[in-house]
Amino acid sequence: MSTTEEKEQTVAENEQEKGGDEQAAEVAPVKPGTWRFLIPIAAFALGFMSHFSLGWVILPPILYAEKQQPIDFSHKLHVDEVGDCEGCHYFREDGSFSGIPELENCAECHEEAMGEDPEEAKLITEYIEPGKEIPWLIYARQPQCVFFSHAAHVKMGEMDCAICHGPIGDSDHVRPYQYNRLTKYSRDIWGWNIAGLSKNGWAYLKQADNSGEIKIEHAARMKMDDCAECHMEKRGVHEACFVCHK
Amino acid sequence: MKEVHHKADEHHGAHEKTYKYGMVVDLDKCTGCGACMVACMAENNLSFRKDNSDRLRSNLWMRVYKISNGRPFPDTDISFIPRPCQHCEGEGHHHTPCVSVCPATATDYSHETGIVSQVYTRCFGCRYCMAACPYHVRVFNWWDPTWPKGMEKYLNPDVSVRMRGVVEKCSFCYHRYQRAKNKAYAEGRRELHEDEYQTACTQACPAGAITFGDLKNPEHKVHKLKKSRYAFRLLEKLGTNPKIYYVSTRDWGRKAGEVYAGEEPKGVTHVTHA
Repeated sequence: MSTTEEKEQTVAENEQEKGGDEQAAEVAPVKPGTWRFLIPIAAFALGFMSHFSLGWVILPPILYAEKQQPIDFSHKLHVDEVGDCEGCHYFREDGSFSGIPELENCAECHEEAMGEDPEEAKLITEYIEPGKEIPWLIYARQPQCVFFSHAAHVKMGEMDCAICHGPIGDSDHVRPYQYNRLTKYSRDIWGWNIAGLSKNGWAYLKQADNSGEIKIEHAARMKMDDCAECHMEKRGVHEACFVCHK
Repeated sequence: MKEVHHKADEHHGAHEKTYKYGMVVDLDKCTGCGACMVACMAENNLSFRKDNSDRLRSNLWMRVYKISNGRPFPDTDISFIPRPCQHCEGEGHHHTPCVSVCPATATDYSHETGIVSQVYTRCFGCRYCMAACPYHVRVFNWWDPTWPKGMEKYLNPDVSVRMRGVVEKCSFCYHRYQRAKNKAYAEGRRELHEDEYQTACTQACPAGAITFGDLKNPEHKVHKLKKSRYAFRLLEKLGTNPKIYYVSTRDWGRKAGEVYAGEEPKGVTHVTHA
């Protein structure tokens, strides 16, 4: 392209622009530039949305990894059979809490298949027959520096299991175990409750569509600020560090 | 559920009785054998150094010092001072020295038990507390903990191990308190018996020189022992109000407890590590 051609083109463009301006002025006599106040607002909204989605949608899966429990266990079914939590999760004589039951407890009933559920078949063939403990993933497992006494809360404080653990006894399926990729701590016990989202506990309890099965989507009532909040409320003191730490 | 108390009350446990756990060490009985140090190491997962006899490098929560009256033979006399954390309460305008300087709130004074805590996950290793502690109780982890091969399997699960870069110190075997409380709760009581909560050093001492208990409870042995006319505490003049009482019938031994820069009582020429 030669220089003269270029000149001609720019002249033509200028003429076109002029014409465009005149036309716009005819249609709507708006002072040019008044709409510009929208630019920062739009930019803010765009930035806000992108950062919001980054923080709430994109980052969590990057930060937390997920694992499935070895067996899809139905608490509801077992509570109906056994009657209460203490049948499997009991206190020992020295005041310590048994936590997750051992294979022995399962084998008491499941030596032979009781139904036709494939999960039960898995329990028997993979764990009970070879005598292998089930590697349950414990949502509530605390870091090494934390001391927790079930006896103090359940026996002395007369607290219900569901206050911390949620209505897990009503659940038909186990939820995936999420853990922080860096710390390896379970998501239930690690970090702050952002903006008080899980403040009232079990807002995430969800009725799964048609079956009427209850599914716990998200459970987090075992973080340090949850403990501190309840202690402040019930005991009226800022506890010393050594009440829960070791 | 218990009734809700207001913060204004006091900083003691709102509805529970408070305790003041402390120790009385009879220096006349102490032979300096070091069983308390060994028991403490095993109980609290203290790590090993290449040469653990190197006192500058070893991390000991309980340390036995040797003091002497500095007189020539035949008047020479020695005494041993086992020194755990003094768990200073402070009095008047005096604070617990380490607690008042910690910028991370990694250490606090419990008004419920009278125990000075150390939370390793909060500590970031500035070592202000070490500078503040007049008893040199606190030790810093310059290295990651190591144990002779196979020994890491013998670690106490009730005590967390400390990483490089944090300060640690004696906790009066607080995990034993937690365990005892746990059992008491399960049996439906809040009070502990004297023998339910004892520190490892107390139980290990073959001479029975260490007595541990609630200083406020007249039924505990320490309550009476601390009233002995031979009882003293280390650096009492500083106003730290420590909870370790020592008993020594030897005058020079008691005076040694008051040694501090600028005013060294006569008769003590040196304080050495055992």
